[in-house]
Amino acid sequence: MSGAPYERVKLARDNSRPTGLDYIRNIFQGFIELHGDRRYADDPAIVGGIAKLNGSPVTVVAMEKGHTARERAYRNFGAPHPEGYRKALRLMKQAEKFGRPVICFIDTSGAYCGVGAEERGQGQAIAENLMELSTLCVPVVSILIGEGGSGGALALAVADRVWMLQNAVYSVISPEGCASILWKDAGKAEEAAACLKLTAEDAKSLGIIERILSEKEIGKREFYERIRTLLSRELSELSNDLDLIGKRYARFRRIGACTAEG
Amino acid sequence: MALINFFKPRNQLEEGGRTAAPVQRDQGEPEKNCPNCRKDIPLSRLWANDLVCPCGHHFRMRARQRIRMVADQGSFHELYSDVRSGNPLGFPGYRDKVETVRAASGEREAVVCGTAKIGEQNCCLFVMESYFMMGSMGSAVGEKITSLFEYATEHRLPVIGFTVSGGARMQEGLLSLMQMAKTSAAVKHHSDAGLFYLAVLTDPTTGGVTASFAMEADIILAEPEATVGFAGARVIEQTTRRSLPGGFQKSEFVLEHGFVDDVVARTQQKKRLTELLKLHNGG
Repeated sequence: MSGAPYERVKLARDNSRPTGLDYIRNIFQGFIELHGDRRYADDPAIVGGIAKLNGSPVTVVAMEKGHTARERAYRNFGAPHPEGYRKALRLMKQAEKFGRPVICFIDTSGAYCGVGAEERGQGQAIAENLMELSTLCVPVVSILIGEGGSGGALALAVADRVWMLQNAVYSVISPEGCASILWKDAGKAEEAAACLKLTAEDAKSLGIIERILSEKEIGKREFYERIRTLLSRELSELSNDLDLIGKRYARFRRIGACTAEG
Repeated sequence: MALINFFKPRNQLEEGGRTAAPVQRDQGEPEKNCPNCRKDIPLSRLWANDLVCPCGHHFRMRARQRIRMVADQGSFHELYSDVRSGNPLGFPGYRDKVETVRAASGEREAVVCGTAKIGEQNCCLFVMESYFMMGSMGSAVGEKITSLFEYATEHRLPVIGFTVSGGARMQEGLLSLMQMAKTSAAVKHHSDAGLFYLAVLTDPTTGGVTASFAMEADIILAEPEATVGFAGARVIEQTTRRSLPGGFQKSEFVLEHGFVDDVVARTQQKKRLTELLKLHNGG
């Protein structure tokens, strides 16, 4: 593992990194995509469906950025609209109904900032996911594979286990956004990236994630097999946990840095 | 009464109900210019009308003042007043900034929590403070709101919350972001216990607070012309390179799109809260 925080941001954003669909195709078998939020539209920035993990059915939800320019435009560069979050929630509730674990792959610079997104309740869509995921009765594992941009990423990361690729980043605000607010200069993103503590190691030491996934042979068969093995092991452990929701509550409940003073 | 005193913290009055004595109008009385009707309004008149201009413009209101406005006199008992955020990331300048804001605002953090009676109905009450880093949510705000919902669940009380926030506090990084999940989980447990939560969105309610507990209430009211949204208007303009529709992200716009139950003027809020609390308390 190497590189200054802003180098990590650039790596996390790199077009050549595997995207959500690459993980789905290489880790799971027989993925069947399911479209639409049953409210308004289908959001191509979030892909979801049912697949098998070592023979057992699971629900998979992944943010998808696309690789080519055309794909990336079609996927809105991985920036979901409210419909994407609502589709994700629909599929998660479906997973709960049929007792399937949920696996999420997260890769977004953030929820989309647009007029339509606001008109259709971007904030409400994210809020509902946070609330509903906190008591979903099946195991949830979320993996940050590239960018973990703020609330738009968190909306799929209220999970029992959260893992990060070693060069993924997870942050409350983009370094550019932070720099432009703090120093009125988006060019100071490098400094901001260092202040924000957004690397996988930072997230682990802050108690936000459980595991950092090595990027050795990223994109190769061995890489995906390693993740498949880890996921299988983790899910069989979580599936036997009778206090899943209590522990998920406690997992987030303890996060924060407060002091009490007179 | 100087303008500075008008906005000064009145912590000692937090249980004092609407105790502000009407100031006698004299030639030297300060006035405030209304950005809507452009008239100069005597401060005493604004003060007596919950900081609402006769033209209907709602001036920003401090948390303690709002508590005096909605809570029955003497009924508010503050909880978790000693909780404050640390500087977990060692973020440059954050500690000094917080100290400055604390001194200027008289508040320890960006939310005031407690128990109160509203129209003789017991409830838990939280009011966010725009004068404290624009109500931004860091560890302390998340902790206080989570604790309040847990208290309300344990004591089977409804929660009334006034939101005002620029979003998650970036100086606490991921720990701020996680407060969205933490507070949402506490709201869910309160909700699953069959208890009532009402939020009043005030100007501005944006970012991570909109995308968590502000939008999770059973009934969501908004103050007239408050900015309510997720992304900042300027960011949206820069992202989409489109000019924004008139009234974009105002309460009335959000009402029209179906994301709040009603827009209620400040002077009517106590009455409405009382009615709704009673309806959820067996009528």
